[in-house]
Amino acid sequence: MSEAAAAHAHDEHHHEGGFVSTYLFSLDHKMIGKQFLLLSLFMMIIGGLLALMVRWQLAYPEQPVPGLAWVPEPYLYDGIIPPETYNMLFTMHATIMIFFVVIPILVGAFGNFLIPLMIGTKDMAFPILNMLSFWIAAFAGGLLISSFFVEGGAAAGGWTAYAPLSAAEVYTGVGLGQDLWIISLVVLGISSMMGSINYITTIINMRAPGMTMFRLPLVVWSLFITAILLLLALPELTAAMAMLLFDRRFGTAFFLPEHGGEPILWQHLFWFFGHPEVYILILPGMGIASEILSVFSRKPIFGYRAMAMAMIAIAFLGWVVWGHHMFQSGMNPTMGMAFMTTTMVIAVPSAIKTFNWLGTLWGGNIHFTTPMLHALAFVSMFVIGGLSGIYMAATPVDIFIHDTYFIVGHIHYVVFGGSIFAIFGGIAYWFPKMYGRMMNETLGKIHFFGTLLFFNITFFPMHIIGIGGHMRRIYNPEQYEFLEPLLHWNEIMTIGSIGLGIFQIVFAVNFFWSMFAGEKATQNPWHANTLEWEAPTPPPHGNFLVTPTVYRGPYEYSVPGEKEDWLPQARPGSGVAAAH
Amino acid sequence: MAKFSLFPESASTIAGQVDGLFFFMIAVSTFFGLLVAGLVVFLSIRYRRRSDAVATDPPLLNSLRLEVAWTIIPFLISMVMFYWGASVYVTMARPPDDAEEIFVVGKQWMWKLQHIEGRREINELHVPVGQPIKLTMTSEDVIHSFYVPAFRIKADVVPGRYNTLWFEATKVGTYHLFCAEYCGTEHSKMIGSVYVMEPSDFQEWLSGGSGSAARSAAPVEVGRTLFAEKGCVTCHKAEGSMMGPSLVGIFGSERELAAGTRVVVDEDYLRESVLNPQAKIVAGYQPVMPTFAGQLDEEELLALVQYIKSLEPVDARDESAEAHAGQGEGNG
Ligand code: HEC
Ligand code: HEM
Ligand SMILES: [Cu+2]
Ligand SMILES: [Cu+2]
Repeated sequence: MSEAAAAHAHDEHHHEGGFVSTYLFSLDHKMIGKQFLLLSLFMMIIGGLLALMVRWQLAYPEQPVPGLAWVPEPYLYDGIIPPETYNMLFTMHATIMIFFVVIPILVGAFGNFLIPLMIGTKDMAFPILNMLSFWIAAFAGGLLISSFFVEGGAAAGGWTAYAPLSAAEVYTGVGLGQDLWIISLVVLGISSMMGSINYITTIINMRAPGMTMFRLPLVVWSLFITAILLLLALPELTAAMAMLLFDRRFGTAFFLPEHGGEPILWQHLFWFFGHPEVYILILPGMGIASEILSVFSRKPIFGYRAMAMAMIAIAFLGWVVWGHHMFQSGMNPTMGMAFMTTTMVIAVPSAIKTFNWLGTLWGGNIHFTTPMLHALAFVSMFVIGGLSGIYMAATPVDIFIHDTYFIVGHIHYVVFGGSIFAIFGGIAYWFPKMYGRMMNETLGKIHFFGTLLFFNITFFPMHIIGIGGHMRRIYNPEQYEFLEPLLHWNEIMTIGSIGLGIFQIVFAVNFFWSMFAGEKATQNPWHANTLEWEAPTPPPHGNFLVTPTVYRGPYEYSVPGEKEDWLPQARPGSGVAAAH
Repeated sequence: MAKFSLFPESASTIAGQVDGLFFFMIAVSTFFGLLVAGLVVFLSIRYRRRSDAVATDPPLLNSLRLEVAWTIIPFLISMVMFYWGASVYVTMARPPDDAEEIFVVGKQWMWKLQHIEGRREINELHVPVGQPIKLTMTSEDVIHSFYVPAFRIKADVVPGRYNTLWFEATKVGTYHLFCAEYCGTEHSKMIGSVYVMEPSDFQEWLSGGSGSAARSAAPVEVGRTLFAEKGCVTCHKAEGSMMGPSLVGIFGSERELAAGTRVVVDEDYLRESVLNPQAKIVAGYQPVMPTFAGQLDEEELLALVQYIKSLEPVDARDESAEAHAGQGEGNG
């Protein structure tokens, strides 16, 4: 605490000190959060363009990509994507989206911006660590992007980098690019570790007076649990990555069978990290949706404790389900059975959360703002992703659909339908606190409806073609006779993805236009209860003019007898008594 | 335009069971998907903003009962799925005893297959209808995955170990065979076909048909030759010796190791014993066996394993000379 205070005091002297300390190496958690947001949105553009190229190839195989004739060989041949490049495209798309878009926005941007404001403190426990964590993440992003330009091109082993494919250059023809991929993820892991330590310490030690753990807003709970998962999962991934790099460069054979290594070991190591990782991708989204649903239903969240407990349950169960990614790797059926049970069970807390969100809507007074629309979409789309997860939990069904487009459909319903909708909702909801202005509602709604429509056109048919036997990661689906009746779906999905891309331009315009010219925001434009709305808009260094004291839980909306339909956490006295 | 059907053609005994479970899941998930999406829309409209006044509707009772209900019901449904899934899974995991064995070696980017009688194929697999087939599979380089959509089967083909997969085709015809696990640049071209034939046609095909270039010695015979050529016989006599244990009848038995643990002899154990003999030392012997890693390719290894499997102790059949020698010695 004292350290933080000291750092903060020091910072204040230089507050007006200029561009570098305000915008680049700022120690202010809010600025760091915004830096994460901009970096990740930039990475999202790159990841999205890569995906559009993948989609182009699937719908119009080996036809020149419009507008890309200028790209030199061997990346493209007069705009035609060769298989080597195609494999880089889907590998890098997934890596960027998962590691450099969804996690940094949810954890880096929202985590940084929200935690100190919502628990009522001045800043993070370790502001310098915080600043470093951003710059290390930016460096990791640079490393990853640079790998496109080295000899042999970028990594092409899939985002899961299964050994031995990824463990020796001969198998993919990619050399330095795969090494850079590994190093970049290790570096990013260091950044996430720094962030996680910071979040956990801050939430445990620096809550405002009266802010007990069970008065924390659910989004803070979700970020807290996510930070713990990251802290436990990352060292393991880092170790696995180091082993992979050693196999590639220093003659070890952890994963190379010709020298006694075990390729399946990589899968165990990767998914032991990987499954907690997918919950890292969704828990903060669940938290954001919970905030928004409660505020715009003007109702307490249904079953607050059950919501927190479900997240804790997911955090525990998430460690014992990794084998469901490996049912067909030659796993002993007894193990397969165990993993099938745990995977079935982990769907239960997700079901509980879904019903609780519905319970929150029941009897509410629903305001259809842009954030609310996104939260409603989050619930509906996440459910589809969760349900498709159950198919894959049943081993015999999974054996059939594993490595088909069904899996790709599942991933996108949970990560795009879930996390990305939560992200858009969260940006619209907290934008006034971040930039002091409201985002434009009309543009926001145009973006929302376009995205929802084209998202479903792009991703729903993936389930259908997956069941039909269309595999993932294939360069040219036209080579497969039996897929012929399904190929028109590929074209539909590609058109959907182009629509999806176009509507994101609306978001970008809204974001930057509102930042400079949006309607000025008041201190609490949504009439919300949580502490961030007690701070001035936008909050100065140190956030609060006086440290708030917390008197109640975060979701006391429409309390009977109150004359307003909200009752902030920091308002003293029993509201009801005062009203009478 | 072919008529729309959700699943690819189904042509194995297991396909119907998988599809049955699949349909159950489609039913359950469509129900819950529509329920939730329907409720989101219904509640959004029913409770849309009415005025800025405090909501007056009676709130949904914050009852424990409701929460218990929506915990227990999904749990029970998931357990039904588990039970059903587990029973199909067990069937899929256990090849029947009368399954005919076929060897599969994957490599970038082709399938090499060999029948027990010796006939080899590349990217093609001929099998008789109505006969359970067990595939013993390994890879020469990266991980591949043997996938026949019409049979609803898939298993990874992993270098350094044997994975098995079994099926029984129910319909004569030609089916697609794919590599489902991404395996490098030309992954999408790793395509093959499975030809399901009437047993009589199959026999004819097997015994040579037209082009007999693909005919070669049965793996057991290849293994027998290798066993002599590579000098295994010098240490592994049928009756056993100081140099090395007898390999007669060891397949499927339990071995005691010098480390004090026990191990069941299966294909993977035999493979490891040849490539990495120091990994598991048989109790009572010295670790003197040299490694044969790098001297045998995957097909030769499969042949050796097949040969060792064929060594039977007190044997009425007269296929195995060693077994006979061993028996003769014992009697004499
Ligand atoms: C120099 C002698 C020697 C040669 C040559 C030799 N082995 Fe061995 N082998 C041994 C000894 C000694 C053991 C027992 C100790 C151990 O497990 O390594 C053994 C063990 C084995 C086992 C495990 C047997 C068990 O009872 O569990 C197998 C299988 C085997 N050898 C196969 C082969 C094959 C196949 C070859 C030829 C390619 C071969 N060996 C060549 C000496 C030899
Ligand atoms: C209801 C809960 C869920 C269940 C039961 C479930 C189940 C599964 C299963 C069994 C697989 C492996 C399928 C296969 O490869 O054959 C899988 C893959 C995957 N899941 Fe889920 N899942 C659930 C929720 C989520 C969530 C919330 C996310 C992320 C936000 C997620 C992200 C992924 C990803 C990224 C993969 C694919 C990994 C790959 O192979 O590339 N899942 N899921
Ligand atoms: Cu998982
Ligand atoms: Cu392959």
